Amino acid sequence: MIDWVTNRSLDWNWLGRNAGMIGSLTLEHAILAVVPVLVAFAVSIPLGYLVFRTGRAANSVLALFGVIYSIPSLALFVAMPAFLGTKILSPINIAVALAIYSVALLVRSVVDGLRSVPSSVKQSASAVGYGGLRRFMTVELPLAMPVVFAGLRVVTVSNIALVSVGVLIGLGSLGQLFDTGFNRNFYTPIVVGLVLTVVLALIADAVILLIQRGTLPWARGRRAA
Amino acid sequence: MNLLDYISQPANWTEAGGISDLLTQHLYYTALSVLVAAVVAIPLGILIGHTGRGSFVVIGLSNAARAVPSLGLLVLIVLLLGTGVEPIILVLAVLAVPPILTATAAGVHGADREAVHAARAMGMTAGQIVTQVELPLALPLVISGLRSATLQVVATATVAAFAAGGALGQLLISGQRNNDYSQMFAGAVLVALLAIVLDILLGLVGWLAARRARPRSKTSPELFPVPA
Repeated sequence: MIDWVTNRSLDWNWLGRNAGMIGSLTLEHAILAVVPVLVAFAVSIPLGYLVFRTGRAANSVLALFGVIYSIPSLALFVAMPAFLGTKILSPINIAVALAIYSVALLVRSVVDGLRSVPSSVKQSASAVGYGGLRRFMTVELPLAMPVVFAGLRVVTVSNIALVSVGVLIGLGSLGQLFDTGFNRNFYTPIVVGLVLTVVLALIADAVILLIQRGTLPWARGRRAA
Repeated sequence: MNLLDYISQPANWTEAGGISDLLTQHLYYTALSVLVAAVVAIPLGILIGHTGRGSFVVIGLSNAARAVPSLGLLVLIVLLLGTGVEPIILVLAVLAVPPILTATAAGVHGADREAVHAARAMGMTAGQIVTQVELPLALPLVISGLRSATLQVVATATVAAFAAGGALGQLLISGQRNNDYSQMFAGAVLVALLAIVLDILLGLVGWLAARRARPRSKTSPELFPVPA
């Protein structure tokens, strides 16, 4: 019984010896998860606008994007080299796959957000002389942003959870701790990896929420989808 | 080397432990764990949705579940309980519970209040209200929860091969070991197709259920699906 518990309690010595390694894995994990979101954010706003403008066809386009995020992450990671010509162990596979998921989810958020803008507001803007681009940039987009931010939070948290799977094809950042723990029958790295991944997700979520509060003060307290 | 080398060889499908066997095993894992999760999550979701209590637990659980890396949970449970089918089913079921629970609770809670009040005014008991009014109205959302859960399970069952072998993930492991990318690609394509087909089928079932549940209750939003 004592043995059972000791074998499964945290080994603080291991933790102390490997603090540096764990720190750099955490940093790498954050970068690998967040950079695709930033790229996807920049792509999704114009793309989402185009999809929104297609009107009735938008739902079919969104359904197609839905098919993308039904593809399991490991399958997408492994299939990447076939499309990109990269090596199977290249980190680019993981980054591009995560960016694809992020775009698929964010375009939907952008469309949902733009749909949530009341037509009375858009008509008022047109009536006071706002042209297409100016109306989009200064009226529609700001009003759509709370929904887009809700999507950003979902995407970032899910990316952070997905990066770990990459260890199975060579690069998983904090996922490496799962691999180490499993191969050595050693609980400490697994628990540390789980805790750090969840903490990283919570921090990223809080940071996005703070950015939203700072940049969209009018949306404070309003819960978006 | 051709990408389709492995998948196009009939022998690779029919041999013992070949693609057919792995696909069957993958489907078996998926069906069994979604079933186990549904047996736990649907009654609990009905209870939470009907009473309106504990919904904060559900929201917290579904947010936390998004952040938990499935590989970490898998490895932890396999080390604790050993390799074998049961620990794998347990992990898969644990991961399938949050989407089903959230969707059921939201669906039951969001069932058209006027219909519920009318049912009560007609003298229906609480049990009758749940089974004859709230649950039929919640059905489309329950199915969308089952759909998210199924996708999560199909994805994680692939990862499970790295801890316990078997299912379609086996093709990824063997391919990596044999340095045969066409075998890995076969695994990836089959897993992706399986997920897409199941998603479309369950989407269709949900659509049929939504048509039956008219008038649609306005309060039940579509759930935010996430990749797994």
